[in-house]
Amino acid sequence: MSQPLPGQAQVPVLALGDTLLVSLQGELHDGMAEQLQHDISSRIATSRVTGVVLDISGVEIVDSFLGRVLAEIASTARLLAARTVLAGMRPAVAITLVELGLTLHGLTTALDVDRALELLSPEEK
Amino acid sequence: MMPASSGQACSTCLPIGSDGDLAYVRQQVRQYAAQLGFGLVQQTKLVTAASELARNTLVHGGGGRAEITPLDHGGARGLRMRFIDEGPGIRDLDLAMTDGYTSGGGLGLGLSGAKRLVQEFAVDTAPGRGTTVTALAWVTPVPPSRTRV
Repeated sequence: MSQPLPGQAQVPVLALGDTLLVSLQGELHDGMAEQLQHDISSRIATSRVTGVVLDISGVEIVDSFLGRVLAEIASTARLLAARTVLAGMRPAVAITLVELGLTLHGLTTALDVDRALELLSPEEK
Repeated sequence: MMPASSGQACSTCLPIGSDGDLAYVRQQVRQYAAQLGFGLVQQTKLVTAASELARNTLVHGGGGRAEITPLDHGGARGLRMRFIDEGPGIRDLDLAMTDGYTSGGGLGLGLSGAKRLVQEFAVDTAPGRGTTVTALAWVTPVPPSRTRV
């Protein structure tokens, strides 16, 4: 029997020019993470998106499942000609991921969303 | 019935049958860990370990339950988490504990990774008999401050 959870039904995906800003918050069910992967891929494919920022500053834990979903979102985006930056990982999450053995190498990271957006638009400098 | 050992509060038993249940297990472990006084990094490790092990129970064991028990042994506080299923069991435990080995299409970090995130870890399993994974962590005591040089 599933317990009722406080929380949200969906992950908001905002378009900022040609960049998608995805803010993950709190508890993310496995099904929601997979849905998100699908949503982002179709948004990239059907619009002029060239960059994706995955903001996980509001995420308290990343386990191997969510870590894999994040890595797969980045891989899929790359095949669809968009770059992905993972932004805002909490220190406790980073420490835990390394101990878990999931270092997500190959994924570009930034300390926060501002720096992630800078990384994605070098031509504006 | 086992007699309750001293210093052991009663456990919370949570069903594991859907990914919504995994989220609830994570929430409960977080709450217990915070109440027991685990630091933020230790809390994060415990919740992550619980998430890996509960997902194993769901995906490989076909569902089951989690038992979360706060421990108090002579002032040392800890949290014991048990994940129990009546699934097919693990045929080759050494192989299942190897980083990168997976039978379920995952990353193969569930068991081996969770083991690294806690202090004590035990797997009781046999083919056809289901699997019980026990993970335990103690609140790291703060070293006494030195008042004299």
